[in-house]
Amino acid sequence: MSFNRKTLLGLASAGLGLTATIASADGELQLYNWTDYTSPELIEKFETETGISVTVDTYDSGETLLAKLQSGAAGYDIAIPTHNFVPILISEGLVQPINASELEGYDRIVPNLASPWWDEGNVYSIPWHWGTTSFTVDTAVYSGDVDDYDVIFNPPEELAGQIAMFKSPDEVITMAQVALGLPFCSEDPNEMQQVLDLLMGQKPHVKTYNSDGILERLVSGDVSVHQNWNGYSLLARKEKPSLQYAFPEEGVVAWADSLVVPKGAPNYDNAITFIEFMLEPENIAIQSNSSGYANGVTGSEAFMDEGLKDAAELSPPEGTPLKFIESCSPKAVELQNRVWTALLK
Amino acid sequence: MSDLLERLRHYIGVLPATFMIVVFMLAPLTIIFVYSFLTPGDYGGVKFEFSTEAYTQLLFQKNLFDEVEFDTSYLTIAFRSIWVATVAVLGSLALGFPAAYYIAQQPESRRNTLLLLITIPFWTNLLIRTYCWILVLRDTGLINNLLIGLGLTDEPITMLYTEGAIALGLVYTYVPFMVLPIYAALERLDKRLIEASRDLYANRWTTLRHVTLPLASPGIVAGAILVFIPALGAFIAPDLLGGGKKLMLGSLVQLQFSAARDWPFGSALTMVIMSVVLICLLLFAVNQRRNEGGFQH
Repeated sequence: MSFNRKTLLGLASAGLGLTATIASADGELQLYNWTDYTSPELIEKFETETGISVTVDTYDSGETLLAKLQSGAAGYDIAIPTHNFVPILISEGLVQPINASELEGYDRIVPNLASPWWDEGNVYSIPWHWGTTSFTVDTAVYSGDVDDYDVIFNPPEELAGQIAMFKSPDEVITMAQVALGLPFCSEDPNEMQQVLDLLMGQKPHVKTYNSDGILERLVSGDVSVHQNWNGYSLLARKEKPSLQYAFPEEGVVAWADSLVVPKGAPNYDNAITFIEFMLEPENIAIQSNSSGYANGVTGSEAFMDEGLKDAAELSPPEGTPLKFIESCSPKAVELQNRVWTALLK
Repeated sequence: MSDLLERLRHYIGVLPATFMIVVFMLAPLTIIFVYSFLTPGDYGGVKFEFSTEAYTQLLFQKNLFDEVEFDTSYLTIAFRSIWVATVAVLGSLALGFPAAYYIAQQPESRRNTLLLLITIPFWTNLLIRTYCWILVLRDTGLINNLLIGLGLTDEPITMLYTEGAIALGLVYTYVPFMVLPIYAALERLDKRLIEASRDLYANRWTTLRHVTLPLASPGIVAGAILVFIPALGAFIAPDLLGGGKKLMLGSLVQLQFSAARDWPFGSALTMVIMSVVLICLLLFAVNQRRNEGGFQH
């Protein structure tokens, strides 16, 4: 019986996006997360331990999440936005306070992710994963030094035409800004012109702009350089050892995803149960093992797979700056949009 | 009394159709229309302030330095989409007409089997089918591996991420929409007319041109419309097979509702695209009527 109901819920939310119309019933949790970012093993463990049945729905960009929550017809209990979206969700009144500091296990959050600038005092959020955005190079094709932004933006001959970038204006533009030594969220047209020039110069060497199927393109050899997240790069390397994740000396883009509770969540108590569950080192470690990303809970290393704890992708070399992305003003977003349209028109 | 009942029954009868038109067409269209005249909200959504900015933006863009200038970016994107949709129509016609003709010539029992085969690709998700083309076309894909294996070429031939790949993907996706209406027209075709044409010493080519094609033209027009409209908004094939290096109308609209956070502009684009499609349909219809008039004389 419960199997039937769960299947129906899954079908309804996946196929029709009708989660909003499903009335809140005891023992349910609607989780809204990035694609390929929820460990099935973790969800199974949570369901067994708490008796709460979980429905997972996914999105492909922070903007999709924002638009969905803005439409008001969401009905999610937990969402997992990237840190720079957290202040926007708070100021737009789309999330509700959880007062994380009063929750069991709060003191296990690692010091540099506790009470961060995007949510001081952790009133609304706790960390999920954190990671970096850089690029992956196939060292079987290119034997030079990969820790250099020229490899992707101004590629040597053997890599020309072998490059793939994300299809997302903010991710492509932030990486260009780090490479050029410019600040994020620039409102200065001259700086954005530099970004556009760099990307236009790169475009002839780009094979595709696509944020899906990264692993497949790298492993099959369809491309030799791909803009990438560190966790995904690790998963790709496990299948093809010649792949290496780059840490250029200018620094890499960094981000932290957070658990938040949207306003109007039908199962608030279950959401809190889930958040406390995720603060258990053993549980967040299951998630890290599945996705290949580091987390913000002290003591989880003990439960992490060998090969993940000391992976090169997860350990930036000493002195490489981690540049955490920011929440951009509407003016900055408009400039980014103009750069993107000019690039792909 | 019975008259009233009769009327009531009549109204109840049209209720589902009215419901469909109002809920699925008029209401969303009204929302899009209203949004296209509002101001974009800071983080997506709209502010309820009247503005025609979304429409002027189509032709006059601020550059990075906030100077307003005549800008052809969006026109370029629009013409690219129209061009790609036209190629899809021509390609589907070239493949679809002979296929439909062949099916219509078969005995009735076999026709149904063949029609079933035409619809089989629809049983699989479009995204998956498009991904399969990636596996076939890419540098390390089936075709290149075969060619290299046979020693016909040393270097892989670049097929994926080209405009040819986009055209192939669109024709592959939409050709059934061309086959089915043409088949319907050809099936109804009076065979005696073809016999008469042959009796009058017309060769096959002349018969095709002067008898079969004109009679099949309603099917061809219907097929062309059914292929053109979805191909105009297509973005799966351009993104996946074309590499997403050039924006199409479909992805441009999608972008406005996501990263660009400009819902009014997305709505305005939608209104303009719909108007263009409507004008095309009207032209088709007028043309059609003129043709039909021609036959009567």
